[in-house]
Amino acid sequence: MKILEGLYYSKNHEWVKVEGDKAYVGITDFAQHSLGDIVYAELPEIDTVLNAGDTLGTVESVKAASDVYCPISGKVVEVNQSVADDPSLLNSDPYENWMICIEMTDKGELEQLMSPGEYREFCN
Amino acid sequence: MHKYIPASKAEQIEMLESVNAKSIEDLFVDIPEDIRLKRELNISGPLSEAELIKSIKELTKDIKTTDELICFLGAGVYDHFIPSVVKHVVSKPEFYTAYTPYQPEISQGTLQAIFEYQTMICNLTGMDISNASMYDGATACSEAAKMASNAINRKKVLVSSSLNPEVKKVLHTYMRFSSIELIEIDDLDGTVNLELLKSSLDSDTAAFIVQNPNFFGIIEDLEDVEEMVHKNGSLLIMYVEPISLSILKTPGEIGADIAVGDGQPLGNSLNFGGPHLGFMATTKKLMRKLPGRIIGETNDVDGKRGYVLTLQAREQHIRREKATSNICTNHSLNALTAAIYMTALGKKGIKEVALQCFKKSHYAFQQLIKTSKFKPLFDKPFFMEFAVVCNGKSVDDINNVLLDNGIIGGYNLEKDYKKYKNAALLCVTEKRTKAEIDKLVSIMGGVVDEL
Amino acid sequence: MSYDKLIFEVSKVGHIAYNLPPLDVDDIQLEDVIPDELLRHTELNLPEVSEVEVIRHYTNLSYKNYSVDKGFYPLGSCTMKYNPKVNEDIANFKEFTNIHPLQSENTVQGALKLMYDLQEMLKEITGMDWISLQPAAGAHGELTGMMIIKAYFEDIGEYNRKKIIVPDSAHGTNPASAATAGFDVIEIKSGSDGLIDMEALKSVLGDDVAGLMLTNPNTLGLFEKNIIEIAKLVHDAGGLLYYDGANMNANMGITRPGDMGFDVVHINLHKTFATPHGGGGPGSGPVGVKGNLVDFLPVPVVGKNDDTYYFNYDLPNTIGKVRSFYGNFNVMVKAYAYILSMGAEGLKTASSLAVLNANYVKEKLKEYYELPFDAICKHEFVFSGLKNKKNDVTTLDVAKRLIDYGFHPPTIYFPLIVDSALMIEPTETENKETLDEFIEAMKAIAKEAEENPEILKTAPHNTPVRRLDEVKAARNPIVKANV
Repeated sequence: MKILEGLYYSKNHEWVKVEGDKAYVGITDFAQHSLGDIVYAELPEIDTVLNAGDTLGTVESVKAASDVYCPISGKVVEVNQSVADDPSLLNSDPYENWMICIEMTDKGELEQLMSPGEYREFCN
Repeated sequence: MHKYIPASKAEQIEMLESVNAKSIEDLFVDIPEDIRLKRELNISGPLSEAELIKSIKELTKDIKTTDELICFLGAGVYDHFIPSVVKHVVSKPEFYTAYTPYQPEISQGTLQAIFEYQTMICNLTGMDISNASMYDGATACSEAAKMASNAINRKKVLVSSSLNPEVKKVLHTYMRFSSIELIEIDDLDGTVNLELLKSSLDSDTAAFIVQNPNFFGIIEDLEDVEEMVHKNGSLLIMYVEPISLSILKTPGEIGADIAVGDGQPLGNSLNFGGPHLGFMATTKKLMRKLPGRIIGETNDVDGKRGYVLTLQAREQHIRREKATSNICTNHSLNALTAAIYMTALGKKGIKEVALQCFKKSHYAFQQLIKTSKFKPLFDKPFFMEFAVVCNGKSVDDINNVLLDNGIIGGYNLEKDYKKYKNAALLCVTEKRTKAEIDKLVSIMGGVVDEL
Repeated sequence: MSYDKLIFEVSKVGHIAYNLPPLDVDDIQLEDVIPDELLRHTELNLPEVSEVEVIRHYTNLSYKNYSVDKGFYPLGSCTMKYNPKVNEDIANFKEFTNIHPLQSENTVQGALKLMYDLQEMLKEITGMDWISLQPAAGAHGELTGMMIIKAYFEDIGEYNRKKIIVPDSAHGTNPASAATAGFDVIEIKSGSDGLIDMEALKSVLGDDVAGLMLTNPNTLGLFEKNIIEIAKLVHDAGGLLYYDGANMNANMGITRPGDMGFDVVHINLHKTFATPHGGGGPGSGPVGVKGNLVDFLPVPVVGKNDDTYYFNYDLPNTIGKVRSFYGNFNVMVKAYAYILSMGAEGLKTASSLAVLNANYVKEKLKEYYELPFDAICKHEFVFSGLKNKKNDVTTLDVAKRLIDYGFHPPTIYFPLIVDSALMIEPTETENKETLDEFIEAMKAIAKEAEENPEILKTAPHNTPVRRLDEVKAARNPIVKANV
C-alpha cells in the first residue's frame, strides 16, 4: 500500500495536498484498493461550498458505492474532469489523480488530519 | 405425502439420522414454546388437482369476462388483441421459473430479452435509457417524481389534473412519505392550463408531470409546457400510453426528461389490474439517478458478447438506505411479454394497431354525436378515448343498461372530476368491430330517452 | 450451433408476424385530424420479423436460462421451490385474465371472493388481524408497512419517532424501504451467535424509535429465539415490530409472526406460496397488520356483506394507494390455488421438510466449508466460503464451478456480515437424490480447490457465455442495442 509523504490523511481514506490557500483532495491507495475497479466517480459542481465532513462526491465499483467526504472546509474551485471521464485513473494512480481542488476557509482544520505515519498505523 | 414434496418417510428418517435428530420436532427446539402454534392452521384443503380445478371453476361462474361483454372501458387498462405467440413464449418455464439474473452465465436468455426490451422502450419513447421495468405505471410515475426531486434537489412536484386518477392517488401516497409537496394544476377545457402552470412553477419545483394522451384521451400540445418547465430549471415527466407512441410525438421529441407509463397494452392481459408493468426511461444525463434494474452489454473472457445487470451501485442491495429506490423484484416477465408483443407486432404492426384504435374511436365518437343525444365534452384532438356528455343522464344509469345488454360502458368522469358532470370516457380499441360500435351507439342513444 | 443474435439482427425489411382484421369503419387520415406538430416524426425501429422468427428467437434465448424446471436452484433467501403447473393453468382461466379492474363489482364476484378468501388464509397463516393484497413485491410490502408505521405515529402525535432499527444482517431492501418511507435507519450489529445483540438493541431504543425490522428466521437461517423479549423491549419503548416475510417458508403451521409479537408483516407469495419468480417478477407482497393499524392499510381491501363481496375504501386513516387497482391479482390466484392444494397439514409439512433439507445439506458439507454459526438452522444456512482457503479460491469461484456441475449457485456474498458468504436454501420440493448430488458436487469442488484451483478460477466452462466483464459494462454503459 502506497502512502505519500507530504500529504494529510483522513479516517475516511481521503488525502489532502496543500498548496498555499488551496488544497487538492483525492482518495488514497488503500481506498482504491478496497473498492476494486472504480467504474464511476461523481464530482461536485465548481463553487460548491463544503464543510469538513460533507460528502464531496461518490466513487463506485461494480459491487460497492462509497461516499467521498471532504476533509476540510472551503469552496470548490476546480474539479478533475479527467477523473470523471475515466474513473480508472483513481485505480492506476490515486495520488496523481486528485478529485477536487478547494479554497480552504480554515487551515486550522488540517491539524485534525493524520500525518503519513499516523495514517499508516491507522490502516494497519 | 404430497405430490409437491418428494421425500418419503424412509428418506426423512435417513436424513434425520444424518443430522442427529430423532424427529422433525428436534429441528424446531430453538423456537420458544410460547410462540409455537399448538393447533393445526384453520385452512381448508388439501385438495386434489381435480378438486382444486373444480372448486376454482365454481368461483369463476359468476365472473363476466371481456369475451362475453363488449368492453368500451379503458381509463388506463386496455382491451387489445394479444397474438398467440406472446402467451406461448412467456409460458416457457425457462423464463417464468427463473430468478432475477444474478448469475449472468446461465441467465443470458432473460438478460438479452430484457436488453432488447430496454432498446424497444427507448425507441418507442425516444429516450436514451430505459430500466428493466417497474411494478406498474402508477409506481413508475411516483418513482419518476422522486427521481426528479432527488436529481435537482427540489422538494415540490406539480401534476396536471388530467393525469389518470388512479396514478394520481399512488403519487399522493409516495409524495407524502417522501416529504415532497404535490400540487395539482387544474386543467382548462381538458388540457394543461398554461397560465396556472406558469404561476405555479417556482424555484423549488422539481418537475411537472403531464399525461399524453391525457386521461380524457386528448393529445396535448406540449411545446409551450416544455419550454416553460425547462426555463424554470425543472424537469418534465411525461406519462404516456405505449401504443400511441408509434404515431404521436414522443417524449424524446418533445424534450421530456423522464418518460413513464403502464406497459399493459403491450401484450399483457387485463388481469383485473395486475400484474402489468411500469416502463421508465430517461436521458443519458440522468442515467445514474434512474431506479430499478438495468441490463448492459459487455463481453466475456473470450471476447464474446453478453449481457449483465449493470450500474448496480444505485440499487438497494449495494447502497441500502442510500439507494435510488427500494425496488428489488420488478415485473420482468411482464416486460418480456411487452418485448414479445413489440417484436410480433413490429415496426408496422404497432402503428397499424394505433391507427385502427384511432379510426374506430373516431367512428364511435362521430356516430354518438350524430344521435344528437350526446355532446363532446371537449373539442380537442384525441387518440382512442374520448369524453361525451350525456344530456342530463347519469353515466352509472346508462352503464347499467349497457351491462344488461352485454356491454361494459365508459368511465364515469364525475367520480374524480366534479366539474365534469354526466360525462363518460369511452375507449375503442382495434378489437372492437363496427357492429359492436353500432350496438353501443344504438343502445346509448335509446337509453337516454328512456331514463 | 450457438445462437447469438439480437432480435434487431434477425429483422428484415418487410417481414411481419401479425395480422389484423381489415378496418371495418370509415377510413380517415391521421394527418387530416391531428395537427402535424402533435405527430411522431422520428423513425420507429421495432423489429420486422415473421412469426417463426419470433418463436425461434425467444426459444433459443430460453435455452440460455437456468430455471427451477431445469434443476436445483438453492438460492438463499429466494425460496426457489417448484412452481406447480396446475396453478399456471388456473391463473390462465380467461375469467381471471380477461377482466377489467374497473368492471362493476357484480360482474367479478368470483374474483373478489378469491381475494377475500386469500386474505383470510394469510391472516390465519401469519396470525395478523387484516391483510392488504395490494403490494406488488416484497420490497413494496416493506415500503407499505413502513408507511403504515409512519402514518400511525403521526396520527398519535409522536412525530419524533423517526428512526427504524435494522440489524446488519438484514436484506438491503429493509434499510432502503425504511428510508423511502422517510425514516432514518439505525443499523445494529449482530451478536457473536448471529442473532440480535440484546445490549445493542437496548442501547438504541428510545422515544425517537418507530420500530425494528426483522426477518425471523434471520438471513443466517437462525431463529431469533429471544423474539419474545425483543418484542417486549421494542413495545415497552413505544415502538412497533416489522416482520420481513422473506423467510416465512420455515414457519408455516409452526409459528406465526403475529404470535411472536410482530405488528406489521409482509409475505412473499412468490417465495413461500410457490408462485414463479418470472426471471425477476412479478411477485406479490401482501401486508398484514394488527389492531388499530388496520385503519391505516392501503385501500381498497376486500370486504364481505352476507354473500356479497365488495371493495372497501372506507378505512379512516388509510395511507392511500401504493399501486394501481388491487395488486397482482393473477399472482394471488396461483398462491390461493397453492394453499388449497396443500391444506394446513401440507403447509406444515412443507416448512418442516424445508428445514430438514437445509440441515441435511449443512451437516453433510460443514466438514468442507466454513460454518460460522454451527447450530440447527431453519430453511437455509450460510457458509463462510471454503474451509481450506489456500490457493486464493474465492466464493465466486465456487459458485461459478457449481454451474459446471449443473446446479444454480447459492446466493453469494450475502448476508454482508459473513465473509465470503454462500447462502444455501434447498426448499422442500427437492428430493434426497438431488441434495446428495449437490453435496457431492460441493465436496468435489472443495477438493478441486486444493488440487486444481485453476479449474475453479476459469469456471464456468460450458455455458453460452463465460465470465463477463462487469467493470466494462459499468464504465461505459451500453444499455440498448444500436438499431
